[in-house]
Amino acid sequence: MKKNRMTDLIPDEQTLKRDEFEKYYWRDNFRKIVKDWRLYLLLLPLIFVFFCWRYMPMYELLVAFKAGTKEGVSVLEVNKQDFVGFQWFKQMMFGSQAADFWRAFRNTFAISFYGLVFGFPIPIIIALFFNEIKSDIYRSVLQVFTYLPKFVSTVVMTSLVWLLLKVGSDVSSCGILSTVLVKLGLLSQEAANSGVLYAPKYFRAVYIISGIWEGSGYGSIVYFAAIIGISPTNYEAAQMDGANKMAQIRYVVLPGILSTISIMLILRLGNLLSVGYEKVLLLYKPQTWETADVVSTYAARLGGLEAGGGSLQGLASAAEMLSSVIAMLLVIGSNMISKRVSDTSLY
Amino acid sequence: MKRLEISELIFKIFAYLFLTVFAIFCLYPFVYAISASISSIDALRTGKVVLWPVEVQFDAFIYVLKQKSFWTCYANTLFVTFYGTIWALVVSIAGAYALSKKRLLFRRGFNFLLSFTMWFTAGLIPTWLNYKATQSIFRGIGIMDDKWLIVIAMGMNAFNVLLLRNAFEGVPSEIEEASIVDGASEFQILTRVFVPMSKSAIATVGLFFGISRWNGYFWARKMIGNSTEWPLQVYIRDTLEQFNTTETQPFTNFSADSVIYSMIICAIIPILIIYPYIQKYFAKGVNLGGVKE
Repeated sequence: MKKNRMTDLIPDEQTLKRDEFEKYYWRDNFRKIVKDWRLYLLLLPLIFVFFCWRYMPMYELLVAFKAGTKEGVSVLEVNKQDFVGFQWFKQMMFGSQAADFWRAFRNTFAISFYGLVFGFPIPIIIALFFNEIKSDIYRSVLQVFTYLPKFVSTVVMTSLVWLLLKVGSDVSSCGILSTVLVKLGLLSQEAANSGVLYAPKYFRAVYIISGIWEGSGYGSIVYFAAIIGISPTNYEAAQMDGANKMAQIRYVVLPGILSTISIMLILRLGNLLSVGYEKVLLLYKPQTWETADVVSTYAARLGGLEAGGGSLQGLASAAEMLSSVIAMLLVIGSNMISKRVSDTSLY
Repeated sequence: MKRLEISELIFKIFAYLFLTVFAIFCLYPFVYAISASISSIDALRTGKVVLWPVEVQFDAFIYVLKQKSFWTCYANTLFVTFYGTIWALVVSIAGAYALSKKRLLFRRGFNFLLSFTMWFTAGLIPTWLNYKATQSIFRGIGIMDDKWLIVIAMGMNAFNVLLLRNAFEGVPSEIEEASIVDGASEFQILTRVFVPMSKSAIATVGLFFGISRWNGYFWARKMIGNSTEWPLQVYIRDTLEQFNTTETQPFTNFSADSVIYSMIICAIIPILIIYPYIQKYFAKGVNLGGVKE
């Protein structure tokens, strides 16, 4: 009855309720913010940094839809340019230079895919083997050595690669690594002398092997920690049932680290399109663009960031935007699949 | 029982062999770099240097250490590493502390916006345009030194913030409540309670930042026009490019390669010195970094 009377008094109850709710909602929140103002003050620098240097570039992706081709369009100038819709995307995918884009796109996938196939299992194997080494001192020594390359910069690593695979000539021999490979019969003397890094067919191998050198030892840490976490009773039970070493690995260790493996796999799949541009830029040459050019290096040249290109920033941004969006879809997709298959997910 | 032991033994031998070979594979380039930097030009040219130095000379090292530009760039790297790490660490600690508090409004929203930058990046060209705009703003307000651009604008990392946030969330709330009862302010709680209690996470994140600052190359090369402000990595790469393009050997008694090897060694010596101390933190950091919501 009371309710009826209320409706008599107030003509539009629904509107009022919503208004009141909003009023109180904002007032309450405002009060909370005032009360905890110190907390928000602490958060402010982080918001500032991420806004200025992570989210503003996303805003500047708008150059992918703008007419400007001028060198160095700045934030404010982006707004002034004319909107051209998907013209750059069309030109990129079907225009006269489309072949270059698709080559970069294919290379990105190829390098990541081979990197995944060859690079992904190695840290797991290393972790399994670390678990076998019962001498703490020897294991620590091995760990120190194998983690070390991770801490070396890309410049130092690529410089070493350049020097170890140096071009040979009549007066001076080729790099030591080329020499060793020739001795092992894996490389012809001519190929070694003309420079491994100048031959398109070796680029991916160099890229992936140097990646394994750099990251495998360090990558094994997370698996090793997971293996250590497996309860010893599981091994004992398996031994009682007569499981030999391979059976123990198959039925005790691998199930124990499966969730770690799937998380790492999601991360890798998500990064399938973000090949480290720095390393590619430092290792490739115009002679090896055929197999080495990836989307980000292609865009860097096209946009005038690297030498040897124009100032087609719209086109370059369009290429990068496409690959970024696909990369994000890959993360979401692989996360969903993993959630369904193994109950493990990143978020 | 007998068969079981044999399979175990074979596996163990294989594990030892594989890891030893892999460790040698990881270490060999460094050993070779040291040997090549102090070997004579003829020994390098004829490929005599395989593992140990041949016909030892220290002229290449002395040449590098005598270069004034080398020391300038070394100082620049130290500058960027020092201030860059402090800046990134202070911003991350303050932000992660706020994000770890349940009473923060729109907490999920902030966390999402933070994680989002890990999955979606704008790409090189928009980032470049952004840095150029930042640079002109910095120049406009009188910061002419591009090193500050590197320090302030670059190197922030969402993953590291999440790592710190997870560590702060692990601090028991009773301790925080006790310090509130004792009359501690928000800043005091952060600096006297949370920071000391998350020392190892902070050390890990600080080292992540420090290493990435020390090793930073690409944007420094693109954004710093003046070669007296270059960090060491840019200097090394520039020297490599110079020597790679010259056909003739620029020096008589040591190889140009030895010069680059010497620079590489100078660049990794600081990392090698602190490496034994930081290694355990890195191992810890990887495991702390389990992304959770």
